[in-house]
Amino acid sequence: MTILVVLLTSTLRAATPLLLGALGGIFSERSGVVNIALEGIILSGAWAAVYFSFTTGSAWLGMVGALVVGSLVALLHAVASIRFKANQVVSGVAINLLMSGFTGFTYANWTEVKWDNVPKLPDFFSLNILVYGAIIITAISWFVLYKTSWGLRLRAVGEHPLAADTVGVNVAAMRYWGVLLSGVLAGLAGAYLSIGQLSRFTLGMSSGRGFIALAAMIFGRWNPWGAFWACLLFGAADALGTLFQIAGVKVPSQILSMAPYLLTMLALAGVVGRSTPPAASGTPYEKGH
Amino acid sequence: MGNQIRAIAVPLLATAAGLLVGMIFILISGADPGEAYEALLNAVAGEPRMVGETLVATIPLIFTGLAISLAFRCGLFNIGVEGQYLLAQVAAAWAGFALTMPEWLNPTIAGLIHPAIAMFFGMVAGGLWATISGVLKAYRGVHEVINSIMLNYVGLFLSTWLLQQSFLKGTGSSGASTPFVKPTAALTQGLIESSNLHAGLWVALGAAVLVWFFLFKTPYGYEIRAVGLSPGAAEYAGISVPRNIILAMGLSGALAGLAGSVQTLGILGKFYEPMGFVGYGFEGIAVALVGRNHPAGVVLAALLFGALGRGGPAMQAATGLPKEVIWIVQGTVIFFVAAEGLWNFLRSQRMKGEAKA
Repeated sequence: MTILVVLLTSTLRAATPLLLGALGGIFSERSGVVNIALEGIILSGAWAAVYFSFTTGSAWLGMVGALVVGSLVALLHAVASIRFKANQVVSGVAINLLMSGFTGFTYANWTEVKWDNVPKLPDFFSLNILVYGAIIITAISWFVLYKTSWGLRLRAVGEHPLAADTVGVNVAAMRYWGVLLSGVLAGLAGAYLSIGQLSRFTLGMSSGRGFIALAAMIFGRWNPWGAFWACLLFGAADALGTLFQIAGVKVPSQILSMAPYLLTMLALAGVVGRSTPPAASGTPYEKGH
Repeated sequence: MGNQIRAIAVPLLATAAGLLVGMIFILISGADPGEAYEALLNAVAGEPRMVGETLVATIPLIFTGLAISLAFRCGLFNIGVEGQYLLAQVAAAWAGFALTMPEWLNPTIAGLIHPAIAMFFGMVAGGLWATISGVLKAYRGVHEVINSIMLNYVGLFLSTWLLQQSFLKGTGSSGASTPFVKPTAALTQGLIESSNLHAGLWVALGAAVLVWFFLFKTPYGYEIRAVGLSPGAAEYAGISVPRNIILAMGLSGALAGLAGSVQTLGILGKFYEPMGFVGYGFEGIAVALVGRNHPAGVVLAALLFGALGRGGPAMQAATGLPKEVIWIVQGTVIFFVAAEGLWNFLRSQRMKGEAKA
């Protein structure tokens, strides 16, 4: 029985940053902007959470800092993609590189800052508060996307911006909101990594989770609850690795590590059902086209 | 002519912007930019030995830049270079230590054939890995970006797993790396005295020439470019879009494979357990962008980024700044080059508006 509990808690712990990231990705892509920069935003969120937690002495302010920094980085991507119609994938890759550079630079150079043992966010029943937060945010996201007119407009802008424009929806503004929200959520994901699970920042802390979050988003068909289950699946693959180790089962860890990525590829290839993105995702919108 | 001037001006401006941003960061951190950039210049070209080391850093970037620019020419984004690179290294390392050249063969000739065979294995490994993304895109419409990122991680774990298998261990190695490649497989070293510069430089330059010839002087290259410019029009003209997608990705992967093979045969001598991605693939994106997806531009851009890469540790040694400042410079350059599309676009929009009025 305890093994199941351990498995469940490990799964939830591993799934939380992925879920928050995936939800962010959903808001961005649903509005029509591909956001490869999630990885860099998560990293910047983790960085900001520790930095502000240290300087203010409060983990909550650290979390707020992560939200703000995440949205600022996302703003960069938004401006490049929406206002300047840059190639969204390139912009995302550039931002990831920039964030690696920036966080690495400051981590090594700002010696007055202690990057370890900073105030962290509280736990409830051995799970961090953000784990519960992520589930609540999933429910809220689902409601907002599917049960509010704002959500409807957001989805319209991602599927058929010309039609939405004709009916008077401000396409650019909606997309800005979509990308900014993705920044807030990805920043929160980063905060969980650094001051939720641990109490420190380490180099390259996001370690590919931004990409796995994208995978979960696709696997979950751009739907908050779909992403939830996908993240549980990916989180379980992570947790199973530890479990197998404890039980002495000899599955090579690398094979388990591959699982989320292979799963995504299968989902995308239509083996596990066709996965279609929002129709206008990735295409800059020009008025009248 | 104006277009060509702009083609060179934009990357230069973007680089200047990147260096400027880097300078700002250096200033904020209280160090002296003059000292930092002087250290950079010294590391790049202070003495012949330094030039050699700079060229060493440039070689893999030429390959990855060519790989990504070739894919770009077909409208594809091959982010999977990192994974292709690693798997190619495994293949090349294996061919390097597991195969033995026949005794009766003249040693000089053996020294040419063995690396060629090993590089071939590497190209096949990288090419096949990239073809997976190509096939999925061509026949299932799956976006190659996500797929190749996924394959990067699969490739990373796969190469680590392969290292544990017996056929790669050879005798007496600890499992954290393959055995050294045989002397016949290694690329000639020391082209410039007391530097690590190796014959991979010729392979890289040769590859650039070949890619240029392929893209601009053969019908296959023409078809690839046509698909990249307008898949619909190409299809209408009878060009097979799926076949060219797969071809472009495969060749791109082969070039990425060359990057890995040449690094193994020229510098590393064996395949070490990867601690993560090497980064040449991501840098290659910058190189391809700044080089405007043209082999000549790629070579020059590779030189630029190779020099910047040398600058990082040198700056660190001279001023105590972390080498990550170079990543800030590189990220900024990419950002500005990517955003340059906008200047053209805005200008053309304004001109359209004026013409209408």
